[in-house]
Formats: sequence, C-alpha cells, structure tokens
Amino acid sequence: MDSSAWIALALSLKVAGCATGLNLILGMAAGFVLARKRFPGRDLLDAALTLPMVLPPTVLGYYLLVVIGKRGWLGSWLYETLGINLIFTWQGAVIAATLVAFPLVHKAARAAFENVDPQLENAARVLGLGEWAVFFRVSLPMAWNGILAGVLLAFARALGEFGATLMVAGSIPGKTQTLSIAVYEAVQAGQDSTANTLVLITSIVCVAVLLSAGRLSKART
Amino acid sequence: MKMLLSFALMAVSLGAQSADLTVSAAASLTNAFKALAPAFEARNPGTRVLLNFAASDALLAQIAKGAPVDVFASADQETLDRAQAQQLLVAGSRRDFAINALVLITPIDGAVQLATLADLRHPEVKRIALGKPEGVPAGRYAKGALEAAKLWQVVEPKAVYATNVRQALDYVARGEVEAGFVYATDAAVQKGRVKVAFSLPTAVPIRYPVALVAGGPNAEAARKFVDYLLSPAGQAVLAKYGFQKP
Repeated sequence: MDSSAWIALALSLKVAGCATGLNLILGMAAGFVLARKRFPGRDLLDAALTLPMVLPPTVLGYYLLVVIGKRGWLGSWLYETLGINLIFTWQGAVIAATLVAFPLVHKAARAAFENVDPQLENAARVLGLGEWAVFFRVSLPMAWNGILAGVLLAFARALGEFGATLMVAGSIPGKTQTLSIAVYEAVQAGQDSTANTLVLITSIVCVAVLLSAGRLSKART
Repeated sequence: MKMLLSFALMAVSLGAQSADLTVSAAASLTNAFKALAPAFEARNPGTRVLLNFAASDALLAQIAKGAPVDVFASADQETLDRAQAQQLLVAGSRRDFAINALVLITPIDGAVQLATLADLRHPEVKRIALGKPEGVPAGRYAKGALEAAKLWQVVEPKAVYATNVRQALDYVARGEVEAGFVYATDAAVQKGRVKVAFSLPTAVPIRYPVALVAGGPNAEAARKFVDYLLSPAGQAVLAKYGFQKP
C-alpha cells in the first residue's frame, strides 16, 4: 500500500495525540475553575472558551494566521526573539487542533466537576487535606469519567480537524499533511484510488477510536 | 471529503435555474471572470452567470463526478486533454482564449533578492509556495521550469504546496514564505503586497483553453459565453487583467 498514507496517518495520530494531551490539562483546569470559582465575567469567559466549537474552522484558521503568522502580533514576536515560526509546521497543526477540540474537554470537565458534591470536598478539607490534595484525591477521581468522555471526543475531533489546520499548517506531505487534508487533496486532484485508500484508513481508525472509547467507559462504570 | 464534494454538487444543482449559466474557471481567472460575468449578463438579459473557481484539476474532478457545469475554462491544456479523453466536453468546442506567464514573486518587503532561479538555493529562502503539481496547473508549470533548470531537488524540500494558485499568492502576500510561483496576472492582483522577481520561461506556453461541457444544462448560453470570451469586448476585459491574446 501507498506509504504516504501511513505517513499521513502517523502524523494525524501525532497531532491529535499532542492536541489531546494539551487539552486534557488546559480543559481540565478551565473546567475546574469555571465550575468552582465565582468571578465577574465568568459567563463571558465560558462563552469565549466555547467559541471554537461554534465558529467556522476557516474563521479560526484566519484568527490563528493573524495571531501566530510571521507578521501576526504573537507570531512576529516569537519569530524575532526566539526564531520560532509556527506556520507550516506540525506544531502549528497541533495548535489548530487543540483550539478546535478544546471546548469538548472544557465543557465535559466543567459539567463533571459541577456534579462533584462540594460537601465531599469540604469534608476532605475538614479532615486536613490541602487544596491540591482535595483536587487530586477527591474532585478529580470523582469527575474523571466525565472528563475522559470529553477527552476521547476531543481526540476524535482533533483527528478529523481540517479547515483551520489547512489554513495554518498548509499541506506539506510528510510534514503537515494529515489524513483529512490528504483526502481532500486526492479528491481535488481527481486521484480517486488514493482517496479510497485514505478514506478506508480514516474510517477504520475512527471506528477503532469509538470502540475503545466504548470499552473504556464500560470498564470505568 | 467525498461527502463535501457531493454536497457541493448538490448545492450547485439545487441553486441552478434554467436561465443560469454555470462557468467553472481556473482560480487565476477569478478577477477577470468576475468582471466578465456582469458584462455578459448585460448583453444577455435573463441569463445569470454562476462562477465556480478552483484549481483546474479540482474543477475537472467535479465535472467528472457529474457537476452540472456549462463552460470549463482551464489554466492548462493538459487538464482539458484529460477532460476530452473522458469525453466530458462537447466535441469541437475547445478554443484557446488567453495567454499568461509564470513569475517568481517575493513579499514586497522581502529581505531576499532573487535574480535567478538558482538564488532559490540561498539558505535565507526557507519556504517556497507553489501549487501542488498533482492538482494545480501553476504548480505543474513551476515544477517543469525548475526541473528544466535542474533545481527541483533544491526547491522540493522547501516547498509549501497550495491547493490553488491564489493560495500560493496569499502565502507570499502574508510573508509566510520567502518566495512563490504564480501567474503574472495573480501577482498584479496583490501589487501592493508582492513584487515580481522575474518571469520564467515554460516548456509549453501557458495557454488557457475553454470548452463546452457535454450535457451542460444551458448549452445555448454556454456557446454565447465562449463567443463573448473570444470577442474583442471579452478580450479587452481579459487584457485589463493582464492576460494576453492567444
């Protein structure tokens, strides 16, 4: 079989894996803060954090180009001080995928933390646990199932990310050409046999993700 | 993505009325055809021109899958040859209507001065935008020119592939790449943001062919559109956007 399909698959898994890892930390932190803390602008922050889920990927891609592009306000600083350029790199693809999939983790984590009875946390405090210990030994274990469900969805979403990734990372074979972009390119170029191979691989991977998600949640409950 | 394509086809077919003329044109024709369409509509009251722009290969893929297109204007002969081989065109309707040139461009404030193709070896040139040769005529022309100059091996590791020539133009205009291959007419669209380093000789002249698509829903208007394209009035519009007469 075409080796470039496997390279695209490996790249897709790498990008989605990194994005999911980042989202696990970021989404969990944001979900916890919004579930437990009261502060002005909380609803606005929640809306802003959910925005990537409803905005068209092209809009996100454009925002990213404007921000982390070589002439963007953050991108120009990164380039001039650290020599880092994110556009057309797999790291850029990770940023796009992270952003797009973030709300899935954030929303799931927030709901999961809200379902944890605060009295249990208070009981732990009364018994002498510090805030970090309360989080890691009480809140997190009780919310974990819900967070995991969000994380798996986020992984699937990151794996299929297309629009923002194409705009930010381009389509460089072996470097930034993920499965979904490779499929698009093959169809555009009228290479149906390549497209068939890629579509088959993508479908198998997605079924595998769903099956393992189902198994994981069964094992947990 | 197949689904995306079929949705696109559905949208095209649902939106098209009997008096609608659907023209699939190469991305490099965007500005010129957007100016041509209203002029044609003014001459043919009741006809509405629907324009569909993409890389020529993508347009061919749509037509091959049954998109209800009346006129197909490609940026190269090869794509229309392939359409002809698949018997997608009305026999004998093919005409050349414009000539273009391939140029190497840099961002307007680009630090690297490029005088010859060999300057692309320069380490300061980290990324070079060009259409994907497998799907974009401008990319094929560029690859051909680079292979002729024995520089493809130099450019390939630096290549950033675009899905159509206008995307390559955008990459250069944003300064995300140090150089890019586009048509002279594309560079003119972004005059304020890119500058032309030099134009390149291509093995085959860049002649744009147009043809009627077999089974197109509006054959009569399609014929009129191609006639208009080749008429002095149509050619004047194309010339305004930098295309030369065939």
